[in-house]
Amino acid sequence: MLLRHTTKEVKEREGLTINPAKTCQPIGAMYAALGVHGCLPHSHGSQGCCSYHRSTLTRHYKEPVMAATSSFTEGASVFGGQANLLSAIETIFSVYDPDIIAVHSTCLSETIGDDLQQITKKASDDGKIPEGKYVIYASTPSFVGSHVTGYANMVTGIAEQFAESSGEKKNQVNIIAGWMEPSDMREIKRLSAELGVKIVLFPDTSDVLDAPQTGKHEFYPKGGTTVEELKSTGDSKCSLALGCMSAEPAAIALEKKCKTPFETVDMPIGLGATDRFIMTLAKAAGVAVPDSITAERGRLVDVMTDMEQYFHGKKVALFGDPDQIIPLTEFLLDLGMKPMHIVSGTPGLRFEKRMREILERAPYANFRNGMGADMFLLHQWIKNEPVDLLIGNTYGKYIARDEDIPFVRFGFPILDRIGHSYFPSVGYTGGLRLLEKILGVFMDRQDRDALEEKFELVM
Amino acid sequence: MELLIEKGVGSMKEEIGILEARQSQIFEKRSGEEQQFDIACDKTSLSGSVSQRACVFCGSRVVLYPVADAIHIVHGPIGCAAYTWDIRGAVSSGPELHRLSFSTDLQEMDVIYGGEKKLYRSLVELIDQYQPKAAFIYSTCIIGLIGDDIEAVCKKVAKEKGIPVMPVHSEGFKGTKKDGYKAACSALMKLIGTGSTEGISKYSINILGEFNLAGEAWIIREYYERMGIQVVATMTGDGRIDAIRRSHGASLNVVQCSGSMTTLAREMEEKYGIPCIRVSYFGFEDMSKSLYDVAALFPDRPEIMERAREIVRDEIRKYYPEMQKFRSALTGKKAAIYVGGAFKTFSLFKALRTVGMSVVLAGSQTGNKDDYRRLKEMCDEGTVIVDDSNPVELSKFVLEKEADLLIGGVKERPIAFKLGVGFCDHNHERKIPLAGFVGMYNFAKEVYESVMSPVWQFSPRKGGL
Repeated sequence: MLLRHTTKEVKEREGLTINPAKTCQPIGAMYAALGVHGCLPHSHGSQGCCSYHRSTLTRHYKEPVMAATSSFTEGASVFGGQANLLSAIETIFSVYDPDIIAVHSTCLSETIGDDLQQITKKASDDGKIPEGKYVIYASTPSFVGSHVTGYANMVTGIAEQFAESSGEKKNQVNIIAGWMEPSDMREIKRLSAELGVKIVLFPDTSDVLDAPQTGKHEFYPKGGTTVEELKSTGDSKCSLALGCMSAEPAAIALEKKCKTPFETVDMPIGLGATDRFIMTLAKAAGVAVPDSITAERGRLVDVMTDMEQYFHGKKVALFGDPDQIIPLTEFLLDLGMKPMHIVSGTPGLRFEKRMREILERAPYANFRNGMGADMFLLHQWIKNEPVDLLIGNTYGKYIARDEDIPFVRFGFPILDRIGHSYFPSVGYTGGLRLLEKILGVFMDRQDRDALEEKFELVM
Repeated sequence: MELLIEKGVGSMKEEIGILEARQSQIFEKRSGEEQQFDIACDKTSLSGSVSQRACVFCGSRVVLYPVADAIHIVHGPIGCAAYTWDIRGAVSSGPELHRLSFSTDLQEMDVIYGGEKKLYRSLVELIDQYQPKAAFIYSTCIIGLIGDDIEAVCKKVAKEKGIPVMPVHSEGFKGTKKDGYKAACSALMKLIGTGSTEGISKYSINILGEFNLAGEAWIIREYYERMGIQVVATMTGDGRIDAIRRSHGASLNVVQCSGSMTTLAREMEEKYGIPCIRVSYFGFEDMSKSLYDVAALFPDRPEIMERAREIVRDEIRKYYPEMQKFRSALTGKKAAIYVGGAFKTFSLFKALRTVGMSVVLAGSQTGNKDDYRRLKEMCDEGTVIVDDSNPVELSKFVLEKEADLLIGGVKERPIAFKLGVGFCDHNHERKIPLAGFVGMYNFAKEVYESVMSPVWQFSPRKGGL
């Protein structure tokens, strides 16, 4: 009983986080930057930050994750990190030769007061950025928001610093990916192609963090949104942001800079959110939804109905990131399940508002995000009101084991299973995968616990 | 220096494109020429490098982490606590407080107004909740900047709660991982000497620098106990505060992992007159030596040495036949080593030779000059030695030297697999004990299974499509 100290009685804690349901901004910025082709993320801070982010992403993807660091020393923290960043930019272009360096800050460089915009401008003025190469940046202080904020900030930086308007509109739609897996991004591209819509998806980590075994270590794998595509986003007829927390800020920035109108939809997880995504995209592009997609939808609905008796009334606890939790909660409700306890370490008014709307159907639900919303609290809630299913990242396994609850891994990070980078959770197909996983743990549990005479062959 | 580079790695220069500033940290052993050896190390990494190194905090965190009946609270923004939450696999036979993640989760206002109050409240709440034997407070980067007086908070809480509360000065930017080891050692030093030494035999040791990954400290402890030696404290594997507090009563410090615990052993020698010896538990050769060396220091009880011999004989006899099988399969295969501390590479060298493998690349994140000089002595001709390497260098050397195996940590694993070579985690993510005689067997088995896996045939480089 690893968590044997968790008490049932919930007490308001003053400023202490136990077993967090979030991490810090920079890792989100690093992940987003990996979704740009030929881009090397750069962590402007101590060496440890970069090392921790790379290790965590590596554990989640089982892939090499390349990123550089300013390697702050005491000197840098006294005199500012400008010199470190300038020499880092020179080193990176001469040794690792990326097309783009995407710099993000850390708590250290933010507290010192380093101004990334000013430093990158100086790098450019001093001729440290070779012709045709780019240095972009995002401010990602670790003491504000969470990893989701860092992702949103870097995606915003990408949009702001690359988008150009030529004055001539292109018949394409921008899709701004919220924090999702490479498999999800691949699925978004597939669905758009199936609809017949030309899109620019960014960021796009497919073919970066799910790269094939080739006998070579590709420092810059073939995937990622290209600079050319990113520049063209200013000429797209509109943007579709997948997620109010991790994607919308970039859409707003793009609208500001290039007057590209946008619409925000929930990340397409589950039936309802996928419907809205497909309809919004079809409408934006002025296309009709083809039969093939209607059939995909039908298959998801078919499984939902075939298996409805296994879902109905089941109580669920879930934790994770806003843009996943929003549509997932909706999907659980659509299945007749009861989302009892919901926790996310990420703060945000847009998130809270959207959750309130969805939870109108579940007035019994405990929901908390931001400060104090950690895994300790979730566990306490579960002790008070037990559930039939736990959904969340790998860190849920302690609670699942201690309380003996069926557990579906979903979210970031997943350190002990594979699949998330290869099989999507978005779209109708993704909905099927989620159902398969949920049903799998329910039925395994039933088989495990059934008395011999009730041990069923057909389920 | 320039000359050395020309002689040492000059021939590799074009193909590999090593950054000039990195060349002093790379060395290739050649025969038939007088080679000057002056590898640069103990340097901070170059800004802009894709270094495999971590920070001061990381060093402190890994050393103190296995102390299982203390709370470890990370004072700073959430990341440092989140990334180090139960990632090290240091197992405990009892309490498991070390496997939880506690953070003050500093927010913008705390950065402006200071985090002392929050730290104080967090500590009080935690101690009330978990009733630990002690608390370690890790300072992260920005604590050094916002000027929180951690010492004062720790003193106050220690007084109020009646348990030791130790600040660990581990601001990430204040040096390298090694400085983090030092900070951890000084926190331990504050505990040592505060417990009763009653009941400690003359024939007693502390095991230092063994972190009980996959239960390794238990194996080592058992050997020594079978020899008739009392183990007072293991630092810090399966560590307990009370044992650490009385560890100054031991007659000898047996130190593994030179990087992390040498400071502590030295300080204990100065303050308490406890001598120390350096050992390694990897490989038959070094494992046997670490039992004999300890036994030799208790000459008035010859049965200790006799039992050590018995253990070595029995254990090697147990694993020898299987080892021969691995050896015949692995003979002629080549290994590349890139690990945290250089001391480990010495043992790995010998262990790999035991199974018939040669070493074509040896490197570490934190080795010092003496380490590398010793490494050079052990090397075969053509072996490359690197300090603080990066993925480009590692990949290039692994490919050029046609390694069949890479030994490293979490960030190196997927690189090896992308290149189509076997891998062995000799770091935090080992899942089976690699220490002790059984550990050597496990190591050989793991290396054998990875190198000989049929999957490599499908890698394009090895003849697949």
